[in-house]
Amino acid sequence: MRAVITVIGKDTVGILTKVSGICTEYNANVIEVTQSVLQDMFAMIMLVDITKLNRNFTELSDRMTALGNELGLKIHTMHEDIFNSMHRI
Amino acid sequence: MLNVYDILETIRMIQDECLDIRTITMGISLLDCIDSDIDKACSKVYDKITKCAENLVKVGEDIEKEYGIPIINKRLSVTPIAIVSAACKKSPVKFALTMEKAAKAVGVNLIGGYSALVQKGYSAGDENLINSIPEALASTSCVCSSVNVGSTKTGINLDACRLMGHIVKESAVKTVDNQCFGAAKLVVFCNAVEDNPFMAGAFHGVGEPDCIINVGVSGPGVVRAALSKYPDADITEISDIIKKTSYKITRVGQLVGVTASERLGVPFGIVDLSLAPTPAVGDSVAYILEEIGLEKCGACGTTATLALLNDAVKKGGVMACSRIGGLSGAFIPVSEDAGMIAAAKCGALSIEKLEAMTAVCSVGLDMIVIPGDTSEDVISAIIADEAAIGMVNSKTTAVRIIPAIGMKEGDILDWGGLFGSGPVMRVNQYSPSKFISRGGQIPAPLQSLKN
Repeated sequence: MRAVITVIGKDTVGILTKVSGICTEYNANVIEVTQSVLQDMFAMIMLVDITKLNRNFTELSDRMTALGNELGLKIHTMHEDIFNSMHRI
Repeated sequence: MLNVYDILETIRMIQDECLDIRTITMGISLLDCIDSDIDKACSKVYDKITKCAENLVKVGEDIEKEYGIPIINKRLSVTPIAIVSAACKKSPVKFALTMEKAAKAVGVNLIGGYSALVQKGYSAGDENLINSIPEALASTSCVCSSVNVGSTKTGINLDACRLMGHIVKESAVKTVDNQCFGAAKLVVFCNAVEDNPFMAGAFHGVGEPDCIINVGVSGPGVVRAALSKYPDADITEISDIIKKTSYKITRVGQLVGVTASERLGVPFGIVDLSLAPTPAVGDSVAYILEEIGLEKCGACGTTATLALLNDAVKKGGVMACSRIGGLSGAFIPVSEDAGMIAAAKCGALSIEKLEAMTAVCSVGLDMIVIPGDTSEDVISAIIADEAAIGMVNSKTTAVRIIPAIGMKEGDILDWGGLFGSGPVMRVNQYSPSKFISRGGQIPAPLQSLKN
C-alpha cells in the first residue's frame, strides 16, 4: 500500500529532511522522490510505502498538513489509488 | 509508474478547479418497515435508517482524508414514502418527521424519498402523501420530496400535474418566512430514475436492493479549465477534451464508491456522472458553455453547446466506471450556478430557453424562481410541458420551481450555501386553465412501443 506525498510551494532549505523525518517517525518507507520546478513553483513528490505505518493514515496526513502550514507550503498526503485510477484505464 | 505531471494535475483539479465528490448517497429500502400502525412503522423506519447509515458520515470523512478529495455531502434516500405509508391510511407527515430525526441522528444533511410515483394514476397512499407535502416540507429541514407524474411507457397523468401545480405553490406559501424554501425541496418528475443520488429528487426505487451506495461526482470547473487551454480548437476537439476530462472526474467517483461500499459492507450501486455546479466561482456549467464560445449562457447556440457538453460528459464517464446510473449528464440548476444566475439577472437567459435546454441535458427546469403571483394552473402547465419533453424523448425531466410569494420579476431569493440565490424570472402568464382542468391521462407515445 503506497501513498503519495506532494509538497508544493516556494523552495526552502530542509524540506526533504523534514518530510522524510516524519515518514521515519511513522515508519513509512520512502520509495522514490522526484523534484520539479515549474514556473518557479517548487514541487516535490515522494512515493512512500505505508504498509507498516505505525499509526493511522489520517494522523500522517494531518501531521504533514501541519508541517506544510509551519513552512508556508502545501503538503498533500494521498493514497496512490486516486492517481492510479484517474490517469489509467 | 506514477507520473509527476499526472499527480500535479490531480492536485490542481482538486485545489483550484473545484473537483469534488458531490455526494455519497446511501439508498435504504423501507419495504420491511411497512405496518398499518403508523407509530410502529415510523419506529421501524427510524431504526432501519440509523442502523444502516450509522457509519456513513465517518467512512465518508475517512475517504476524504485518504484520497485528499472533498466529499461535499453524505446523504440518504429511501423507498417512496407513499408506498411505505399506504397501509397506514392517514397523513404520513409523521414519516417525514421520522426521516428528519433519523437523518440528524446519523449526521447527513439531506434525506430524499418523501415521494410518490403516480405516472398512471393514484394508488393507496399516493394522494395522502402528495397532499401532505407542503406541511412535511415546512416542518422539516432535511427532508426532500418528489412526485413522478409521467413516463414514456405510461404517458402523463394530467390530474397529477394539476394537483402538483397547487402543491408547489402551497409548499412555497407555507415557507414564505423562510425564502419559500419548501418549494426548493420538491421535484416533479417524468421518467424518474430509481437510483439518483442527487437531491432533491433522490429516492430508493423498489427495484433496488435493500441497501446501496450511489456516488455523484462533480467538476464543471475542471472541464472549463481544461477547455480554456485550447482557445483555437475546433468543436470536435472540444468534445474530445471534455470526454477525456470527464473520464478522469468520473474515475474518482468510481474509486470513492467502491471504497465506501467495501468499508460500509454495502453493495456499490452506480456513479452518477453528472456535472453538477455550485454557486461558488469556478464551479459553473454555464461558464463551460461561455468558454466554448457564447457571450452569455442563454444566447443562441446555448442548446447546441449544451447538447455537445452533455453527450461528451456521458461518453467520457461511461468508460470510467463499472456502472452508470442516476441522471448522468449536465445539470442546469439556475440558482446553484454562478454563470446561470448572472445570465438570468442580465436577461440573457429566459425560461423558454431553459425549456429548450432541458431537451438536451439531464435535469429539467431546476431551481428557477418565478413570480409569486404565478397561478397554480400555469405551474401545472409548466410541469406538463417539461413532462412532455421527457416523455417524447425517453429521458428524465423534472421541474423544481420556486414561486417567490410576494415578489415579482427582478427580485432575488437567497438561500445561501449550495442552494444559492436566484432572480425571479419572467413567466408567460397567459392562461392554460381550460387545458389543465380537463384532467385525465395524456396517452403514452408511440416511442413506448419498443417490442
